[in-house]
Amino acid sequence: MSLKNTGDYAVMLENVQKTFDGKEFVLKGIDLKIPKGSLTSIIGFSGTGKSVMLKHMLGLFKPTSGKVTVLGTDISTLDENALTKFRCNYGVLFQSAALFDDMTVLENVCFPLEEHRRELSKEQVIQIALQKLKMVGLDPKHNEKLPSQISGGMQKRTGLARALALDPEILIYDEPTTGLDPILTEMVDNLIVETHQARPGTTSIMVSHNLQAAFRIADFVVMLDSGKVLLAGTPEDFYKTDIELVRRFVDKGIKHQ
Amino acid sequence: MIEKVADTLDRFIFYFINGFRGFIKEVGLIAIFAWQSTKLLFAKPYRYGEILKHMEFIGNQSIGIIALTSVFTGLAISFQIYLGFKLVNATDLVGPTVALGISRELGPVLTGLIVSARAGGAMAARLGTMRVNEQMDALDVMGVNTKQYLIAPRLIAAVICMPLLTALFDFMAMVGSWFLCTKLVGLDHAVFMQKIRETIEMRHINEGLIKAAIFGFMFAVICTYKGFNTTGGAKGVGEATNRGVVISMVSIIILDYYLMNIIRIFYVLTGMSQ
Repeated sequence: MSLKNTGDYAVMLENVQKTFDGKEFVLKGIDLKIPKGSLTSIIGFSGTGKSVMLKHMLGLFKPTSGKVTVLGTDISTLDENALTKFRCNYGVLFQSAALFDDMTVLENVCFPLEEHRRELSKEQVIQIALQKLKMVGLDPKHNEKLPSQISGGMQKRTGLARALALDPEILIYDEPTTGLDPILTEMVDNLIVETHQARPGTTSIMVSHNLQAAFRIADFVVMLDSGKVLLAGTPEDFYKTDIELVRRFVDKGIKHQ
Repeated sequence: MIEKVADTLDRFIFYFINGFRGFIKEVGLIAIFAWQSTKLLFAKPYRYGEILKHMEFIGNQSIGIIALTSVFTGLAISFQIYLGFKLVNATDLVGPTVALGISRELGPVLTGLIVSARAGGAMAARLGTMRVNEQMDALDVMGVNTKQYLIAPRLIAAVICMPLLTALFDFMAMVGSWFLCTKLVGLDHAVFMQKIRETIEMRHINEGLIKAAIFGFMFAVICTYKGFNTTGGAKGVGEATNRGVVISMVSIIILDYYLMNIIRIFYVLTGMSQ
């Protein structure tokens, strides 16, 4: 990918450092540019700072030093109110789906619309929510069920429909297939690809331990190690690299899965 | 031997100072949390639906337990006071004494303890579960102010419901007292009512209701703070619930003493009888 303008990137991290106790740095100067419209996969060993980096992208953490620019806005300088409004640009699918357990499937998807699209009537909100649920392939007969009454796969679909509700510019998947069986894993992977293809221009960022899926579905891959970016590039760049650690990680990861 | 004693003393002082520092830090954090949440009480969007939902839970669902405990509290307190006053032939004063004690002290305090155990514990557990299940993160990244959505409606509901529940407690406790005095120990109904009318003023009842609102705010802040800051999975939720309820209950009892003194000083300054 040969991108030069800053406008070509959805997310830019410039020398981002993070320490929680003032001594040990979790992120040790991350420099990363995620191209707009890409399906990016972030991989790495456990405890290398993937989730912390993701939380910086979402504005949930402020960097100790450095700059986080999302869609052209330096979010590390935004105050809490501005950040809250800015987060409407994101849609996030959590590892556990994080559905509100006192709301039905339909209410979960309606929720972000009711919060941020107050100009819409109740009927319009329901209409959009039904459309999103249809997009992720959830059978309408489950719409009135509580999250506890549907399967893990259906919960993921509902979580994705909720993430899509506001038509965000950036979709983030936080370890979406961790703990799922192979069939469900493939289903969620396919869902991510289908969603990405159905929404051209949307940037999708996925943190994953599933290397096969990461290389199969992503067009841009980032590998972190010890709080630093070890390699960022296309899957081909990873196959060709001479960096020993990357080679070992990729070879072993793919063999094991 | 002396070295051992000195060592033990050192450790004791170290733990004491550390414990005290921890306590001060916790109080400070709760105060900051309370201030941040209070600022959001009247912030838009107004969440009437959420407030009503929490009022239903804190208030409506507590009616049964408050009514039951208050009647028996009225019965028990009245009987003890009756036994004492009988020794000095002052049984006519059982009614007003119980009424004063219930409306100023026992009503708000016992209601506070019961509601903080029931609703406060549930608040801490609910918010703690939302925290460990990433539901709060989901709200954050959806651009929803979690304190405004989750905390403010609970605080408002607790402040509104506590005086109402205390009023119910006062009334039902007096029903229990009336029943014991007039039906079980044979005091005269007219005298019982007359003495209460002569002694009790509206301000005595209001005193208890104001205290109740303060207790409501306090237990709601403590329990939501504990739930909101839960860490460590299911174990963390259990600990947050436990600590939220215990700290709320202890705080209500301690705060009651100080509120009593503040009210006393107010009466002295304004020249009102107590």
